Amino acid sequence: MFIYEKRLIFPVKIKKPDVRVAKYIATLYGGANGEITASLSYLNQRYYMDDKIVSGILTDIGTEELSHVEMLGAMLTACLKNASRDEIIKHGLDSWYVNHGTAPFLADSDGYLWNAAYVGTTGDPIADITNNMAAEQKARAGYEAVLRLTDDPDIIAPLRFLREREIVHFQRFGEALNRLQG
Amino acid sequence: MVSKEELLQQIAECEFTLIDINLFLDTHPECERALSDYNCYAQQLAALKKMYEENYGPLHNFGNDTSEGSWKWVTQAWPWNEMEG
Repeated sequence: MFIYEKRLIFPVKIKKPDVRVAKYIATLYGGANGEITASLSYLNQRYYMDDKIVSGILTDIGTEELSHVEMLGAMLTACLKNASRDEIIKHGLDSWYVNHGTAPFLADSDGYLWNAAYVGTTGDPIADITNNMAAEQKARAGYEAVLRLTDDPDIIAPLRFLREREIVHFQRFGEALNRLQG
Repeated sequence: MVSKEELLQQIAECEFTLIDINLFLDTHPECERALSDYNCYAQQLAALKKMYEENYGPLHNFGNDTSEGSWKWVTQAWPWNEMEG
């Protein structure tokens, strides 16, 4: 089962709305390579794995990813909260506003809704762990792209933390893959 | 007494260390040094959380913490509502 811990894994302090950055964070949250995809992929794959160590790494990284989903949900909310009408229209989030107000939602910056087809599960352990290694690298690339597009230290600090976690997870999945192939 | 924010930061740092060692141990379950570090930080985390819960309210629900006097789980702020500070 899961137990909630009432705190964010890394502190998020965002003082003012930023609709432009909110669009990018939506992709990191509910896009194809976002944290929701990562968490659900790993937690879904773990059930069929015969190897206890591989099931363990999938459970633990999948759980950590849930705390990253929570960070991005909090950031997305803060970036949209109290945003002005002009800013919402200027950055093309007027349709988002009509559908979801200033709430976070599972859609990317192009407006594509999150899709279960993003979840990588073939039922083949080597294919799925390799998928996860690629997923971690794609997520890292996404964080780096957003980091290049903002100068706000309140946005940069949590995104740097999340970027670094992708690198650690890639390493651990690599070790899981070696085990499966060994 | 340590402030709520400072204590939460200490918990975040200690538990982050444990998350990272946990993932390492998953793929290196025979590493004695990592296991020793894990057990040491786990004791520190338990002490920090006990201090937090006694002074500032519950961090966990479902029977993992007690709540003295009133049900503070829903009367205290949620983490995503504390971002303006």
